[in-house]
Amino acid sequence: MRSILGVTAFLLAVFVAVPWLIAVSGRWDFYYTLTSVALLSIASAGVWLTFYIGRINIGQGAYALAGGYVSAVLITKAGFGFWLTLPLAGLFCAGLSVLIGLPILRLRGVYFAMVTLVLTEVMRLTALALPVTNGAKGITSIPLPGELSVFGLVLIPDFASLENPKLAFYLMAVTLMVLCYGALYRIVHSRLGHLCRSLQQNEELAASIGVNTAWLRILAYSISSFFGGIAGASFVAISQSVYPSSFQVADSVNFMLNCFLGGLGFVFGPMLGTLVLYFGWDLLFTTGRYQLLIYSSLLIVLMLVLPNGVLSLLDRKGVRR
Amino acid sequence: MEQILANGLYLGAQYALIALGLTLIFSLMNVLNFAHGQMYVLGGFVTYTVVGQFGLPFIVGLVASALILALVGAGVEKFLFRPVIARSKRDESTMLLAAGIAFFLDAVILLVFGEKQRGVPKIVGGVLNWDFRIIMPYDRILIGVLAIAMIAGFILFMQYSRAGRAMRALAQDRIAAQLMGVDVERYSMLGFALGAMLAGLVGGLLVTITGINLGMGGPTSIKAFMMIMIGGAGVISGAIAGGFILGMMESVGLTLLAAYGDITYLVIFASLMIFLAIRPQGLMGKPWG
Repeated sequence: MRSILGVTAFLLAVFVAVPWLIAVSGRWDFYYTLTSVALLSIASAGVWLTFYIGRINIGQGAYALAGGYVSAVLITKAGFGFWLTLPLAGLFCAGLSVLIGLPILRLRGVYFAMVTLVLTEVMRLTALALPVTNGAKGITSIPLPGELSVFGLVLIPDFASLENPKLAFYLMAVTLMVLCYGALYRIVHSRLGHLCRSLQQNEELAASIGVNTAWLRILAYSISSFFGGIAGASFVAISQSVYPSSFQVADSVNFMLNCFLGGLGFVFGPMLGTLVLYFGWDLLFTTGRYQLLIYSSLLIVLMLVLPNGVLSLLDRKGVRR
Repeated sequence: MEQILANGLYLGAQYALIALGLTLIFSLMNVLNFAHGQMYVLGGFVTYTVVGQFGLPFIVGLVASALILALVGAGVEKFLFRPVIARSKRDESTMLLAAGIAFFLDAVILLVFGEKQRGVPKIVGGVLNWDFRIIMPYDRILIGVLAIAMIAGFILFMQYSRAGRAMRALAQDRIAAQLMGVDVERYSMLGFALGAMLAGLVGGLLVTITGINLGMGGPTSIKAFMMIMIGGAGVISGAIAGGFILGMMESVGLTLLAAYGDITYLVIFASLMIFLAIRPQGLMGKPWG
């Protein structure tokens, strides 16, 4: 009952309260920020799922970039509509991650982290080298998402015809976010989630009682990459352009930081982490050239004070009770 | 062909030196030092400042790079990694700390040295031309030889000195080493300082040839990660092998694959995937327990 109330409150907040507040205050620029937060938190949700099977994934930027390019190429070269390319980008990334995951998911700990980090850089170099991606110039002036209709019933109107595409993008991003986190919540609280937790704790033991660890790892990793792919594709739709540098190593690291900051034992942790980090970075913009210095110092201090993440504060309270 | 091999050796010697520092830190503390590339860039800028700005001889710059980076490394270990390792429950925390330090060093380098590409004048002029089969400037040869000499010096230090023995014991089994009376904290700090110093030295060496700029840190870390993936993390011979293998592959790839565009690293990564599928622990790494 409490959780239903919580979800309702959250939905009301993001779908009603936020647009209302923005309309009242006239700060239309917040739409872009919040849309970015929503999309980045989808990618972070994917990273969180790989954390959940006990792997440190610093390669989500690679899949976001791949998803972005798949969507951009399909729209501009093959004339697909955006709404069709969105799931296709996700599926492409999931398929790619199976190919890449088969060898690398046998690695653990720092080794897996290293190889995924390399993956991000390799994806950037690939985007630079392949002819279809148009090299460093990237793909620009991608049309806005068109209308989506089923049997003549218009579900989503053409974004170009709207007077306020910012609001439309915000609603799209938030809807996607809600769907993804709903799916993530379902996964974590299903049999699959329990099996994933067993992998996190002890892979050998899990394997010895008959859990198909190899299959589970691939499954979790491909779901994670699916999230990365759709996040990348939607991001490209909003910025209407994609470059090899759209998602790079720093973004991959940030996805991981989002998860960690929000807490690894908590499904909605990555969402919180993304919100805090993104807004923190934005607020520091006023400090100009010292932005990165202050941001990184804060990160280091945070690690020194709370080496187990922000939500470890909750743990401590729990013990005292 | 000879030219490709010579280029590969020259690249490999530098790469091996970078990978050695990273692998040393990893084996001693189980920390993946994300900031390794940034330490390399910092070393380059220190040499640039000493040689290019103050007009002192190159060797002074190199020594200054080594000393400053050793101090940075020791400080990072003592004040940042040690308290976090002592209190954190998961391995990931040190990686996040390392990522934070990498961002921090980037910011410091940007503020202190600016974003421009910097270089110092050639230390020796002239070009070796062996019958048009190998053409290589003398300064590259000198840097390559210096790098190999440093690798040899490092191996001898690890093999025969008291500190080197202590660090190898630490890498093998931290608790057993502690029980045998090795001062774990002191040698962890020394090891971190040594690893950072190696990164600084390579930066100092390379600033004479390729110059240095702020953006080189991240890609350098990534190359170093690839090298220790190839060779096996935490093994000195593996880091050297990984460095030379990557250097060779890059040299061969840049020549043979030039016709197909800039896909050398894509090919290297694909081969790394296949290699890891067969041997996840790298060439010389220890298999999983």
